[in-house]
Amino acid sequence: MKTEQQKELTDQQIKRRNFISFTAFGVLGGLAVAGWEWLYKSGPENPGITAGAHKPLRRALNKTELFFRRVFSDNHFVKTYPKSMAAEQVRQNGDLGIEAPLSNNWRLSVEQASGQKLFITFDELKSLPKTEIVYDFKCIEGWDQIQHWGGVKFTDFINHYKLQDQIRKQYVGFETPDGGYYVGIDMPSAVHPQTILAYEVNDKPLPMENGYPLRLIIPVKYGIKSLKRIGSITFSNNRPRDYWAEHGYDYYSGL
Amino acid sequence: MRWTHWVNFPVLTVMIWSGMLIYWADDEYSITLFGHRFFRFFPDWFYKELHIPHRLSEGMAFHFLFMWFFAINGFIYVLYTIFSGEWRYLLPNRHSFKEAWLVVLHDLHLRKTAPPQGKYNAAQRVAYTAIIIMGIGSVLTGLAIYKPVQFNWLCSLLGGYHLARIWHFALTIGYVLFFVIHIVQVILAGWNNFRSVVSGFEVVLHEDVSEPPIAQADEN
Repeated sequence: MKTEQQKELTDQQIKRRNFISFTAFGVLGGLAVAGWEWLYKSGPENPGITAGAHKPLRRALNKTELFFRRVFSDNHFVKTYPKSMAAEQVRQNGDLGIEAPLSNNWRLSVEQASGQKLFITFDELKSLPKTEIVYDFKCIEGWDQIQHWGGVKFTDFINHYKLQDQIRKQYVGFETPDGGYYVGIDMPSAVHPQTILAYEVNDKPLPMENGYPLRLIIPVKYGIKSLKRIGSITFSNNRPRDYWAEHGYDYYSGL
Repeated sequence: MRWTHWVNFPVLTVMIWSGMLIYWADDEYSITLFGHRFFRFFPDWFYKELHIPHRLSEGMAFHFLFMWFFAINGFIYVLYTIFSGEWRYLLPNRHSFKEAWLVVLHDLHLRKTAPPQGKYNAAQRVAYTAIIIMGIGSVLTGLAIYKPVQFNWLCSLLGGYHLARIWHFALTIGYVLFFVIHIVQVILAGWNNFRSVVSGFEVVLHEDVSEPPIAQADEN
């Protein structure tokens, strides 16, 4: 441990040391301010799959995603609750991509490895084994609510329709039938055992505003990724387009 | 000590500001007792004045970059304090809590004498240790709400996602209160004290003014 030292100094020496310290302080402070100005006024990124964020901040978001994906495990489960704790009134937030009336002959379109599309009816989906989950839904705005959803586990869906080749790709893309809302999800999150294609909430069919007939429920992401009224599912090795990533949000948005 | 202190100041400012950009998107915390809502944090004019509204994504982007600086800087400070032995001046001892009260009374001019002190008085020991615990608390509650699935054990330990977010918010309010008192105390302590936090030494005048002044270097 260093002890406090006392030194005899002349006035001049004190002045000198003060001058050096305060100059350094001022210069470093000025540099900090300049650095901040640079960052704050840094231009927006070039619009592409992601858009709307400051260029350096987008870089930081992407690097942070890589860091966390490297150290984190894909096998962590979202905490689940007893059904009795689920909210009766499920919060509804936004109707992007579902404003228009739903067409009468809705089919789920799924891209196969061959490039051909599968068109799946609602009744067919309901005949698959059902998985339920009661968990704390987390909105990127900050609120959270315990909700009870039921539907087809995404991996069950993949196995049933023999899409195993497709999930070797890096990403899944989901879009509403009108293409008004769309999300891209990294494959490890998509095939997480708690990801489901939901058609029920509180044991009842989904209300229109909650994404009837089929919506995504992906508890390892913020709510922005849980797309309502799924029209199509595609697979790719590049990031599929993502509505909120084009509006300045983190592409990964994982929890 | 000086370095991390001055790095922390702007970093924490950015964290609080970007945190407010985030909080605005769902500003539902209030102090409600027995069904009566005493107040809601931040009135609309306050948001408008600071250009807070509709900047959630920007707030998150800043918050998730500066969190690294905040955490790393805090970590360096704690390591430094441990390895330099400075912790001996900073950690409260068994008399500190009682003495801290006496210091507070003294500072409020309710008591004439202050208890004897070392480099930091008892109230400072309590406050400066508390702020570090708060800093650690912010990092932990922050991690719990940032990655509640990956840190689900931590999130549960803090009472779940919802409560952890309230802790995180409350700690920030705590910083602001600390800051106000800290600034008042710095002004009262005077120029020589402030200079020492910049330059690392304090000027101590001898009783006999004809002798040269002595500089006391803290080497921190």
